[in-house]
Amino acid sequence: MRRILSLLMENEPGALSRVVGLFAQRGYNIDSLNVAETEDVTLSRLTLTTHGDDRKIEQITKQLNKLVDVVKVVDLTEGAHIERDLMLVKVRASGSQREEIKRTTDIFRGQVIDVGATLYTIQLLGTRDKLDAFLKAVGEAQIIEVVRTGVSGIARGEKVLSL
Amino acid sequence: MELLSGGEMVARALEDEGVEFIFGYPGGAVLHIYDALHKNCHIPHILVRHEQAATHAADGYTRSTGRTGVVLVTSGPGATNAITGIATAYMDSIPMVVLSGQVQSHLIGEDAFQETDMVGISRPIVKHSFMVKCAEDIPVMIKKAFHIAASGRPGPVVIDIPKDITRPDEKFEYKYPDSVKLRSYSPSTRGHTGQIKKAVRALVAAKRPVIYAGGGVIQGGGSELLTELARKLNYPVTNTLMGLGCFPATDERFIGMLGMHGFYEANMAMHESDVILGIGVRFDDRVTNTLNKFCPDATIIHVDIDPTSISKTIAADIPIVGPVDSVLTDMLNQVDSLREKEEVEPDAAAIERWWQRINEWRANHGLWNEPQYSQDSEQIKPQQVIETLYQVTKGEAYVTSDVGQHQMFAAQYYRFDEPRRWINSGGLGTMGFGFPAAMGVKLAHPDRDVVCITGEGSIQMNIQEMSTCTQYDIPVVIINMNNGYLGMVKQWQDMQYEGRHSQSTYQDSLPDFVKLAEAYGHVGMRVDTLQELEPALRKALSMKDKLVFMDIYVDPAEHVYPMQIAPNGSMADMWLSKTERT
Repeated sequence: MRRILSLLMENEPGALSRVVGLFAQRGYNIDSLNVAETEDVTLSRLTLTTHGDDRKIEQITKQLNKLVDVVKVVDLTEGAHIERDLMLVKVRASGSQREEIKRTTDIFRGQVIDVGATLYTIQLLGTRDKLDAFLKAVGEAQIIEVVRTGVSGIARGEKVLSL
Repeated sequence: MELLSGGEMVARALEDEGVEFIFGYPGGAVLHIYDALHKNCHIPHILVRHEQAATHAADGYTRSTGRTGVVLVTSGPGATNAITGIATAYMDSIPMVVLSGQVQSHLIGEDAFQETDMVGISRPIVKHSFMVKCAEDIPVMIKKAFHIAASGRPGPVVIDIPKDITRPDEKFEYKYPDSVKLRSYSPSTRGHTGQIKKAVRALVAAKRPVIYAGGGVIQGGGSELLTELARKLNYPVTNTLMGLGCFPATDERFIGMLGMHGFYEANMAMHESDVILGIGVRFDDRVTNTLNKFCPDATIIHVDIDPTSISKTIAADIPIVGPVDSVLTDMLNQVDSLREKEEVEPDAAAIERWWQRINEWRANHGLWNEPQYSQDSEQIKPQQVIETLYQVTKGEAYVTSDVGQHQMFAAQYYRFDEPRRWINSGGLGTMGFGFPAAMGVKLAHPDRDVVCITGEGSIQMNIQEMSTCTQYDIPVVIINMNNGYLGMVKQWQDMQYEGRHSQSTYQDSLPDFVKLAEAYGHVGMRVDTLQELEPALRKALSMKDKLVFMDIYVDPAEHVYPMQIAPNGSMADMWLSKTERT
């Protein structure tokens, strides 16, 4: 099962390599990963998606907690949460396709953020599924380049991940 | 406040931490530190002949005392040579602080002379690591390193120090902190009361219980409490390779080591048990054999300080995260309270039947019941060497070992009644560990007999340390069980590769170990026959101020038994001899 793990860790050099190294060392999968500073400059927040059965996820969570640089770990998928992935995609857009691509982008509530003679660069925000659906709708043949940030997530409601 | 350079701070902080020995080797990147050590530091420094030996010596010191060992090495090759010893300590949860030099800060990343990414290379085998960015951080970082290394589940910590940070001409205010706090690090200090109650109820209700105790009991200072619990309940105790000595081997409740080369009675009792109290153990693959065949009827209680050890391989029915000493204290109180308040106590009749069964196993195949090896041979059997050593030292020696058949024979036949007497590389299985580890033990216990049981394969991996022993007068006894083969490799080749001994012998290239020992200024003794064995051991152990290298020729045909049958075997599936199996 797919999980979104969210970590607060010390904003120090080497902290990220410990997390990533742990996954490599113990044969766990990382499907996506992003990391950036938080409102507290001493902390960075890392969100990663992984998959595995309950036992594996429990072991991953425990191993992450064991890292001295990791301050807190939550599994966002255990409760109601919001997830977002940002995608920038260059697609072929010439002739009649130009209009079609623009329409599809509108349907997905994306934006064309750069325009070339034969291509559009589109920005799209949403869940992983939505971004996948957009790519499918546009069609593989049209896609030139895709870049995604990986999932960021936050719990719904009052729940907060902080110190 | 006092002003010190970075190098002086390192030396002073180690003194303020109460460090007793530094095991190390100088080099370019740590010259400022070595100069500070030379000028005004009172900690004895042991100059080894290879950095791997520094880590093993620090490790041996730690295993025998419980105090954190300290290693100081230079950058590049100094650091990488230390890696095997750091990994050894990591796998066995041994607290260690390793200070490694690094090239100057401005050269990092430029492939400078003797540069290596020590923090990166050591990352998977340390509990934590630090890179010092400015000299002012040194005292706090060293304090943190010792705190992290020794608390919770212990482990090695690396501090990488660029040379410019230690330069003598820049001085800073020095104050060594009394304590440190890390917001992201707080090991458990108590087990969950509800879980402990539940565990004790299950334990007391057991009809076929086994206490399976490991290295964590020794490290957590729980040996006496565990012994009290087992005696109070009259339950059998088995130890892991790492746990030997945490329960007295001469207590009749001790059913021997368990696992791949564990005792028949221990493995059988585990397999047929209905409740297992696993404490300070990690259900590792050298114990469990095939996971889905592991102890089919047992309710598993698992106590460990490290949550990741619990349910990693075998799912625990009653997990308890906490330090073994506090959990055992709570368990003992709970056993008393159940008896007093509810009149609940172990079913004496069921436990008696269980002991009868265990004693039958013991009578049939127990290693200590009667010799499980042929005694009509002309050649010395390796088991006889250990049994004789046990008698000659009255079971009171500190025994280190290397890795292989001799290690297993030592674990099987030397009976350890006290914790911290048996010192071996259990997790990583590091050949070359035993001799330098024995140096560390002897330095910590100069008045005790320290014996390194090794083989002609392992000893040659760190034999250069004979020179260190000459320099610092470290009189350990080396028992080289020489069978002319990498014995455990040969055993597997005999059993699984139709006797094809691929690269497991040395083609008559072995040195004359007696002459070699003498060349370093030590005493060498060669022992070929059983008649010579005991007198020779007595003589060696009577030479208290000499390193004695005993080259004992043992039967190369001997295999270690019992041996669990893998793959697909359960704990109860064992070879008992070359021809007999369960």
